[in-house]
Formats: sequence, C-alpha cells, structure tokens
Amino acid sequence: MELVAQLLDWFTAPAQWTGSSGIPVRVLEHVLYTVAATGVAVVVGLPIGLAVGHTGRGGTVAVNTTNVGRAIPSFGIIVLFFFIFGIDPVPAVIMLVALALPPIVTNTYVGVRSVAPAVTDSAAGMGLTGWQVLREVEIPAAMPLIMAGIRTSAVQVVATATLAAYIGLGGLGRYIFDGLSQQVLNQVVGGAILVALLALATELALGRVQRLVVPRGLQARSRQAALDAKLT
Amino acid sequence: MDWAWVGENLGRIRGYALQHLFLTAVPVAAGFVLAFPMSLAAIRWRRLYAPLLGFTGMLFTIPSIALFVLLIPVTGLGPLTAIVPLTIYTLLILIRNTVEGLDGVDPDVREAAEAMGYTRGRRLLGVELPLALPVIVAGLRIATVTTVGLVTITALIGAGGLGRLIVDGFTLFFPTSVVVGVVLSVAFAVAADLVLLAGQKALTPWRAGRA
Repeated sequence: MELVAQLLDWFTAPAQWTGSSGIPVRVLEHVLYTVAATGVAVVVGLPIGLAVGHTGRGGTVAVNTTNVGRAIPSFGIIVLFFFIFGIDPVPAVIMLVALALPPIVTNTYVGVRSVAPAVTDSAAGMGLTGWQVLREVEIPAAMPLIMAGIRTSAVQVVATATLAAYIGLGGLGRYIFDGLSQQVLNQVVGGAILVALLALATELALGRVQRLVVPRGLQARSRQAALDAKLT
Repeated sequence: MDWAWVGENLGRIRGYALQHLFLTAVPVAAGFVLAFPMSLAAIRWRRLYAPLLGFTGMLFTIPSIALFVLLIPVTGLGPLTAIVPLTIYTLLILIRNTVEGLDGVDPDVREAAEAMGYTRGRRLLGVELPLALPVIVAGLRIATVTTVGLVTITALIGAGGLGRLIVDGFTLFFPTSVVVGVVLSVAFAVAADLVLLAGQKALTPWRAGRA
C-alpha cells in the first residue's frame, strides 16, 4: 500500500509533467520512435507483401523470415547497435523497422494469397487490369489481415522501443532503467504502467482504424485475423 | 571477438545457458498445464472461448519488460518475477492451438470412436489428442521460441539466463560477451524448435512424410 501512495506521488508531482524528462516528453519520444518505425515498415513492407501475394512468388521466403525473426533477441541487437553506432536513435529505429517488417509482409502476403482465385479470375474476366485487380479486389479483401499485421507490429514496436532507453536513448523505458539503476521503485513501476498503457492504447486505437478501413462484409474475419496475426 | 575470453568463461556461459533452459522450460510447462484444462473447458462451454482469448490476448499485449517490472513489488528481483509473466504470455498461443487442434478432429472419427464404445475421457486421450497433436505442438513451438527470446530480457530484473551475458557486456563495455549471448540465444531457440518438431514426428508416426 505504501507503494500505491508513492506511485500517486510520482504521477502527481508537478515536475513529472514538465521538462525534458517529464511524462509528456517521454511519451512523445516513445510515440515518435513507434510511429517512425511502424511507418517505415508499412511503406517498405506493404509493397513487398502485395507484390509477393499478387504474383505468388517468394512466399515461403517471406513466411520463413517471420519465423527466424522471432528467435532473434531484440534486446541483444540493441546493445550490439550501441557498440557499433553509439547512442544514436537512427540505428535503434532501423532495428525497430526490422522487427516490424515480418508481420506486415507476411500478413499482407497471406491476405492477398487467400483471396479466392474465382474472385480474382472474374475480376480479370470483367476486363480489370492487373493493377485494378490488386487495387479494387485484392487489397480490400486482404484488408483484415493487412491491418492485423500492422497492429501486431505497432504493439511489438511499442514494447521493444522501451529497451532503447537501456542504451541511453529516450522514451518511457528511461523511467524503468533509470529507476532500476537508482533503485527508485515507484519510478520503475510508474514507467512500466505508462508502457503498458501505451501498448494497450496502440492496440485499441489501431483496432478502431481496422474497423474503419475494413470493408463491412469482412468485419467478422477481421477479428479472427487480429488474433492470428499475433500468433503466426 | 575475443575468443580467449570465450574459452576462459565456458563454465560461466554454461551456467547461464542452463538458467536459460530452466527459465524457458518452467513457463512453457506451467503454461501448458494451465492452458490444457482451460482449453477443454472452452471446448465444453463454447461461450468461454471468446472471452478467454480476449483476456489472454490483452495480457499478451502488455510489453514483457513492463509486466516483469510490475511484478517486482510482489515477487522481488529474481526468477519468480520472470516465470510468472513468461507463463502468462504462453497462454494465448497454447489455448488457441489446443482448441483449434481438438476442434479440427474429423467428426466422423469422433463418432466412430464413440460407436466403438470409447468413453469421453478415453476418446480424448486415445483418439482426439493424438490427432490434434501436430497443431498443439505447433503452438508449443511458437510459445517456446517466443519464450527463449523473452528470457534474455529477464536478466534486466535479475533473473539470469543468457541475457546476463548481454547485460554484463554492456556494463563492462565488452562486445564479445554480447555477441555470445545473442548467438547462443538464437541457437537455443532454433534447437528447441527442432527438438519439439522431432518429438511431434516421433509421436505421430502415421503422419510420416507430412509436415
């Protein structure tokens, strides 16, 4: 119970809400890392996933990359990047991009692949060009999986961006790591609460976006896809 | 790379590897022991399934470092603080795959077993479970590989494992230690995955030639 009081102190201290190590700045840094990494991953990964899915070539490579990616400990990679590049947010964000790519590529690929051939065939039969089939048929039909992939990536990036603070970068992880080294428990736990809330907020916010961009007839499939994306 | 250091520290590295094995095996085993009855309950009472996945999915969304840290006030710094969240993370994957695996059993096969006089319990153990095994093991593989990766982070809250090599390497400014930690962690994940796959193949000989 003492900790609860200390946590309240920590969250309500006026100094906590101003300055370069205040909660608003730390949240902003964290969101900035996340948006940058997930944004680049979407810009790079979406075309790759669409191309692989549309042409049907290279699918196994895409799926296997995801499996290998899971085995690589991002914490170790961040520390290795520190030795190579020093305290620099750019390599850290690049690492986060690499982490965010596999779910986006794989889910986009699987989404496009799983459109029934009869549907794409009839679209082609109606005179649609390859591009039109992609834009008008495959992308809308694959939207549940595409969004599920982006959502999974973004949440993973929020989680892993926390570790960037370990090598001296910003973000909410600073509260956790500074607190651990100075043995200030309320700061450590306060930071963890903020990280957890940001991850849940990201999941919910992108869930909203998913409901907006997924065609109405595919909403039920969309919920299933969100779950599958976490587990593949 | 400082190979001489690797040679001199083999004993210490082996110790961390064993801790890593312990910190992976206990949560996956505990997760399975918890997930299995939950899955059976979700199959028996269908309405439980969606909320169960929703709840474990929400827990899955909480970043591991945050969950580890949130437990420090309860369980202190040490292995237990690592094991509880790691166990929680395996639940979503294991429940989903166990339910889907058992659901995937051909209804005709189930009916045939019933006609042959199998009771519900014997049918589950003797017929449904073996047929669902590939899907269940697929879940175990994902859970295990994910856990191996997460265990490296637990070194930050004093739990040990190969992550200690990464933390020590960072603190002492010694990259070799970090490289060894990362490489062994990846090798560990791949090896665990292959062992589980081999186990599944050995237990389902009738599927020889298939994945």
